[in-house]
Amino acid sequence: MPETNHQADVVIRIRGLVNAFNGTVIHDHIDLDVYRGEVLGVVGGSGAGKSVLLRSIVGLNRPQSGSIKVFGQETAEIDPESLRGLQLRWGVLFQGGALFSSQTVAQNIQVPMRRWTHMHQELMDQLAGMKLALVGLPPDTAHKFPSELSGGMTKRAGLARALALDPELLFLDEPTSGLDPISAAHFDELVRNLQQSLGLTVFMVTHDLDSLRATTDRIAVLVNKKIKVGTIETLVHDPDPWIHEYFCGERGRAALSEHAKCPA
Amino acid sequence: MRNLAPSVRIETPATAKLDWASRPSRLVLGGEWLVAEAARMDAALRALKFGDLSEVIIDGSGITLIDSAGAWLILREKRALESRHVTVRDVILPEHYRTLFKTLETEALAPDALPPRHFTIEGYLERIGRSTMHVLHQTYDMVGFLGRVSVETWEAITSPRRELPFPAFVQQIEETGLTALPIVGMLAFLLGVVLTYQGADQLKRFGAQIYTIDFLGIGFLREIGGLVTAIIVAGRSGSAFTAQIGTMRVNEETDAMQTIGLNVAEILVLPRVLGLMVALPLLTFYADVVGIIGGMVMTYFDLGITFPAFMRELESAITLRTLLVGLVKAPVFAFVIALVGCFEGLRVERNAASVGRLTTRSVVEAIFLIIALDAGFSIIFSLIGF
Repeated sequence: MPETNHQADVVIRIRGLVNAFNGTVIHDHIDLDVYRGEVLGVVGGSGAGKSVLLRSIVGLNRPQSGSIKVFGQETAEIDPESLRGLQLRWGVLFQGGALFSSQTVAQNIQVPMRRWTHMHQELMDQLAGMKLALVGLPPDTAHKFPSELSGGMTKRAGLARALALDPELLFLDEPTSGLDPISAAHFDELVRNLQQSLGLTVFMVTHDLDSLRATTDRIAVLVNKKIKVGTIETLVHDPDPWIHEYFCGERGRAALSEHAKCPA
Repeated sequence: MRNLAPSVRIETPATAKLDWASRPSRLVLGGEWLVAEAARMDAALRALKFGDLSEVIIDGSGITLIDSAGAWLILREKRALESRHVTVRDVILPEHYRTLFKTLETEALAPDALPPRHFTIEGYLERIGRSTMHVLHQTYDMVGFLGRVSVETWEAITSPRRELPFPAFVQQIEETGLTALPIVGMLAFLLGVVLTYQGADQLKRFGAQIYTIDFLGIGFLREIGGLVTAIIVAGRSGSAFTAQIGTMRVNEETDAMQTIGLNVAEILVLPRVLGLMVALPLLTFYADVVGIIGGMVMTYFDLGITFPAFMRELESAITLRTLLVGLVKAPVFAFVIALVGCFEGLRVERNAASVGRLTTRSVVEAIFLIIALDAGFSIIFSLIGF
């Protein structure tokens, strides 16, 4: 956790967020701060609204009420000009990669570059090659189409596209789901390395306990329509039965054994 | 942690200049080396003239912000210098940016690492060959599928030894036939009106406007009714077949069926083929009737021919055979539409994009085959004197 929590270091500030679909409340007045340079893991049961939270922050879902500020700007009532400024500063990796299927991997990575900069093709090709190397994909991936990639490669390519413009803030939606444990571990390592060398702030929705342990600084748990934030060490002592079961159930204990002691 | 990523506005533009005075010479970099500046700095670095320099220090201590694009440009320059046998003594960067540079240095490749895409004559020839083989393979598969479905259909009709998916069959008749009534009726009526109007316009000049009815009756019953209905149904139901079965392929539903021991062709294809073979002739007959009514209304308004007079003339112009020539084609069209729709549906791969691609293809193929078959029918009928 960062030492200083003052205003300037808060990248995402959520206050009193309410999300409801067809009368079912998913988020009931939740507050959350994400600090610059940290990796925040967001966990919760199926249907607890993890992805909805992510989508609300990046403006794909309009919340019922509440305030979401990213880099100090209210996302709900932003003018197009400022929104463009925000979009340049964040990158999103969707759960299925969301690569544009009609374009090659290199073209996918160049979509944001083409949209926002005036680089010529040669330089964009070189930068795309660099991004591919950065996310650990071989150069010949560049001219492949998304349908020719495996699950892990798709996620890496999606990450390369999310990083195309060197964003400050990176959103990851279940980055390790659907990967085998070895690929998942590599992906965790990749995220951590990139986060450190590029100085990213990462907002990561995940189910994966190993991922949480390996990459996150803090964890936000969505439970009972509310959010609880802490580190693994503090959350294991939380009285909430779901949180207890999550971290101290059989799987949790196995994943965290050397990391935090569950209360007896 | 510092903000390393591009801000929207550049405050201090990136700079690169060569300092010859110091020993060894220095490539002095400063400002914000961000992706927004990448295009400009790419050009600036390329424009630098190093002459006969043998040693250089890349001095980036004046850099205030840097991201991976900027760091990579510096790395590229370093490698370019080294490849020209210029010794790069050192790369000086502010302390907190060294990790980034080091990561890139170990991970990222030489500038020309992205292999170029080749468009050569061999490549074109290869693609021509590949697509030719693809078409041949597809035709072969389609013929195989035709045989399989024919056998299964024949068996289902002649020896109902096995339980036919009867509810699915009835449901298909409803989906492809009953629900198509409004659109087919509407279009048939309008076509009847249009044909009558155009025919009457021409025939009036010869005082032969009464033959508009002959023209309409024969033309609509023999050709137009069946053809138009088949084309509408190909667009409506043929595409639906591909999309439905294709979606099931994407969801692995067809695979699940196979592992449970269900016959995919029997469950998915037969009800559709049989259902459409029942529905399309009925729809065609309906279109015939509505089209004639459309013509009847138009002759009344355009030529002043009353309904009883219309019916008398129609009766003398057409026979039962005229109607049957049109209707006998309908089950064949139905078979082709359902066959192509199901065939393409079963060829869908496990991604959503292929559903769309194959749906389009199935409609185009079905309409092509319908018109080609119709031409074939015309030749056969004229040969046997129908």
